[in-house]
Amino acid sequence: MHRVTSLIRLTLPAAILIALSTNTGAAEDLSSALKTIKAVAAEGAGNEQAQAAWKTLAKAEAAQIPVLLAALEDANPLAANYIRAAIDAVAERQLQSGKPLPADALEKFALDTKRNARARRLAYEWLTRVDKTAAERLVPKFADDPAVEFRRDAVAQLLDAAAKIDSSDKDTAIDAYRQALAAARDRDQVDKAAAALSKLGQTVDLPAHFGFIQHWKVIGPFDNHEERGYPIAYPPEKSIDFDASYDDKTEKVKWMDFATADNYGNVDLNKALGKTLGAVGYAAVEFESDRDRDVELRLGTRCAWKMFVNGQLAGAYDSYNPSTLLDQHIVKAKLKKGNNVILVKCCQNEQTVPWAQLWHFQLRVCDVAGTAVLAANRPPRPAAEADAAAAAPRNSK
Amino acid sequence: MRLLQLRSHLVLFGAAVLLLSGGADWLAFRGTNNDGNAGSETGPAKISTETTAWKAALPGRGASSPIVVGGKIIVTADSGYKSDRLHILAFDAASGTQLWERQFWATGRTFCHETSAVAAPTPASDGKFVYAFFGSNDLVCLDLDGNLQWLRGLTHDYPTAANDTGMAASPVVSGGTVVAQVESEGESFVAGIDTRTGLTRWRMNRPREMNWTSPCLLRGKTADEDLVVIQAREGVRALRPQTGEEAWKYDTECQTIASATPHEKGVLVPAEQLLSLDFTSGSADAAQWKQVKLSSSTSSPIVRDGKVYSIQRTVLACGDAKTGEFLWQLRLTGTNVWSTPVVAGDYLYVASEEGVVQVVRTGLSKGEAVSELALEERVLASPAVVDGALYIRSLGHLYKFAEKN
Repeated sequence: MHRVTSLIRLTLPAAILIALSTNTGAAEDLSSALKTIKAVAAEGAGNEQAQAAWKTLAKAEAAQIPVLLAALEDANPLAANYIRAAIDAVAERQLQSGKPLPADALEKFALDTKRNARARRLAYEWLTRVDKTAAERLVPKFADDPAVEFRRDAVAQLLDAAAKIDSSDKDTAIDAYRQALAAARDRDQVDKAAAALSKLGQTVDLPAHFGFIQHWKVIGPFDNHEERGYPIAYPPEKSIDFDASYDDKTEKVKWMDFATADNYGNVDLNKALGKTLGAVGYAAVEFESDRDRDVELRLGTRCAWKMFVNGQLAGAYDSYNPSTLLDQHIVKAKLKKGNNVILVKCCQNEQTVPWAQLWHFQLRVCDVAGTAVLAANRPPRPAAEADAAAAAPRNSK
Repeated sequence: MRLLQLRSHLVLFGAAVLLLSGGADWLAFRGTNNDGNAGSETGPAKISTETTAWKAALPGRGASSPIVVGGKIIVTADSGYKSDRLHILAFDAASGTQLWERQFWATGRTFCHETSAVAAPTPASDGKFVYAFFGSNDLVCLDLDGNLQWLRGLTHDYPTAANDTGMAASPVVSGGTVVAQVESEGESFVAGIDTRTGLTRWRMNRPREMNWTSPCLLRGKTADEDLVVIQAREGVRALRPQTGEEAWKYDTECQTIASATPHEKGVLVPAEQLLSLDFTSGSADAAQWKQVKLSSSTSSPIVRDGKVYSIQRTVLACGDAKTGEFLWQLRLTGTNVWSTPVVAGDYLYVASEEGVVQVVRTGLSKGEAVSELALEERVLASPAVVDGALYIRSLGHLYKFAEKN
C-alpha cells in the first residue's frame, strides 16, 4: 500500500504536468492554427497555409468547440467558413463516435447576445441536435433577439399561435398578430402578420415598419448614353442645392418633390422624371438622426447605383440586373446627430428588353437586425394617390 | 514541393484509372464526359415505388445534380431564408446513409429565381477531391471524407460578379485545374483555379452579359490535350484548361441556358438551331450541320450511339448526330422540363419540372415512354446513372432507383 502511495505521489505530479503541457500544447496549436486561418484573404491568399491549419482545428476536442466558436468573432467571411467547417467536423466526429457535445457550454454561448450572431446560431443548431428540449425551451426567448435567424424562429411560433386563436376572439387575435409583427424582420413574416391584421380591419404602416424613405427630392435625367454617366460626377454629387437647376443635354433640370405611397418604398423614376433610357437620376433626402449612430442603408434596384451620405461616397454597384429585390444592396454608414443628406444615384441603361425598362429603387434605413431607424423629421405617410400627384410636375425648359 | 507534385500526379493517375475503367463514377454535370451518356452503365427499366432503393431528405433545396465518386453520392443544397447556407453532403450509395455534411456561409450574393437555386451548379470531382460550386460563386474543395482543402469566394473577390437571378454554371476539372465560368452583367470572367491550392492560375474577362451555360470538357489523350469549351451569346470558345489560352473559336449567337455538349471532335451547340461544330476543321467551315427541330430550350443536348436528344419544353426530339437528320419526337408528361436528361443502355431518363421522372425507351424510329413516377416535388436537376442505379434529386430529396436483384 505504502509502495502504491509512494508511486502515486511520485507519478501524479508528473502526469498532471504532462497533461497540462499537452493541453497547453494543444491550446497553442489551436491558437496558432486559428491565426493562420484568419490570415486567408482574397484571391486564395493564405489557402496553402490554411489547409494544414484546418487539420489542426478539425482534430480539436469537442470541449474546445466554444473556443472555435469564439474565434468566429473577428474572422473574415472566408476564414469564418474554414473555422465553421472545422467545428462541424469536430461535432460530427464526436456524435458519430457516440460521445456527447458540451451542451451546457453550447447553450451558454447561444444565449449570449453579445457574441457573433452566426457563431451563436451554429452553437444553437448543434445544441438542438443533442438536446431535443432546447428549441421548445429557448425559442420563446428569441422574439427580441438581435440576431435575425433566432428572431425568425420566435416569430414563426407567434404566427402559428395567432393563427390558432378562435376567430370570434378578434381582440386577442389582433394582439397576437401585432406582437408577431413587432418582432418580425423578414419580409415573408412581416407580410403574413400584416395580411392577417388587415383581414382583422387593422391598418399597418409597412413603410415605417421597414424604415423605407417615402419622401424624396429628385432631379434628372442626366446623360447615361452607352452607360457613360455612371462615372461622371454630375452637379448633385458635388454639392446639394435644392434650389439649383442645371442644363442637361436636352433640358433644364431642377429638384422636385416626389413621394411614394408604395408599401415597399418603390421610387419610380420613370414617373418622377419621365420615361427615358440612357439616363441618370438622383434622389436625395434630409434625414434627421437623434444621435450619432451606425446604420445600414438597404437599397433595392436593378439599376447601377451610387450612394452618398453627407457628401461622401458610401457605396456603389456598377451592374444592371433583371430584378429589384428587398435589401439587394446593404451599405453600412454612419449618421451624425442632426441633419444628414442621403443621395442616391440611379442609372438606367439602354437595354430594350421589358425588365430593363424599370428605372426605380427602394431605400430603407435600419440597424443590422433590419429594425427600422426612422428619421426624427419623418413626414406623415403619403396618401395612396401620392405617386400620381407627384408625377404631374415634370421637368421643363 | 516534390511531394505536392507527386500528389498532383497521383490525383491525375487516379482520375485516369477511373475514366479508363468506364467508371463506376459520375464525376460532373451530365456525367464524367459532360455528355449525358452513361457509357457502359445501364439504369433501371422501370421507375416506381418498387424500384425505389432509398430516399434521403436533404437540408435544403437545389438544382444541382448528384455526382457519384467511389461509392459516395455527393450533392449540394442551400437553405435559410436568404438561401445563404451552403451544404455539401455525402451519402453511401448502397444504403443511402448520410456519411457527412459540411456547411458554409455564402460569401457572395444569394438572390435567386424560384426556378433555380443557389445550389444550382453541379459539383465536379477528379476522383479524389470534390469541387463544389454555388450560385454565390463560393468554390469549396473537400476530400471524399469531407475534409476541407481550400475555399474561394469569387464574388468576395469580384463583388459585382452576380446577376441576382441565380448563377448556375457547373465547373469542370482537368489536369489539376478547376474551371469556373462566372458570367454576368457585372464582373464577368472564366477562371482556372489550381486544384491543389485554390489559387487562380488564370482568369479571362468575358462579355458582361448574363449567362447560365456550363463549360464542357473535350477530353484529349492526356490532360494536356483537354479543351474546355465555353459558350455565351457571342459564340463558342475552346480554351486550354491549364493556361486559359484560346485554342479555337466560332462566332455565332448561342443560347445562354442550354449548354454545349462534347461530340466526336467538336461540340453540339444550342444556338438558334442545334449546331454541330467540328474543331478539327477551320473555324469558318466548322459547322457540320444545323437542325432547328433539335433546338433546346433549357436542357442541354445529349448524345449516345450516334443519336442526339434534345428537349424543347416537353417535347423530346431525337436526331442523327452525324448528319443532324431529325428522326422522331415524343411529348413528355408535364408542362416543362428544366433539367438535362441522361441516357443509359436503351433508356433515356428525364424529369419534368413538376417532378415526374420518366423512362423513355429509345429506338431508331421512335421513342416510347415506358415508365414514370411522380415524386410530388419539383425536379430541376439532371440525374446520374452508376452501377445499374439512377440517382435523382428533387428540390428537397435524393433518390436511388434500382432494379431488385
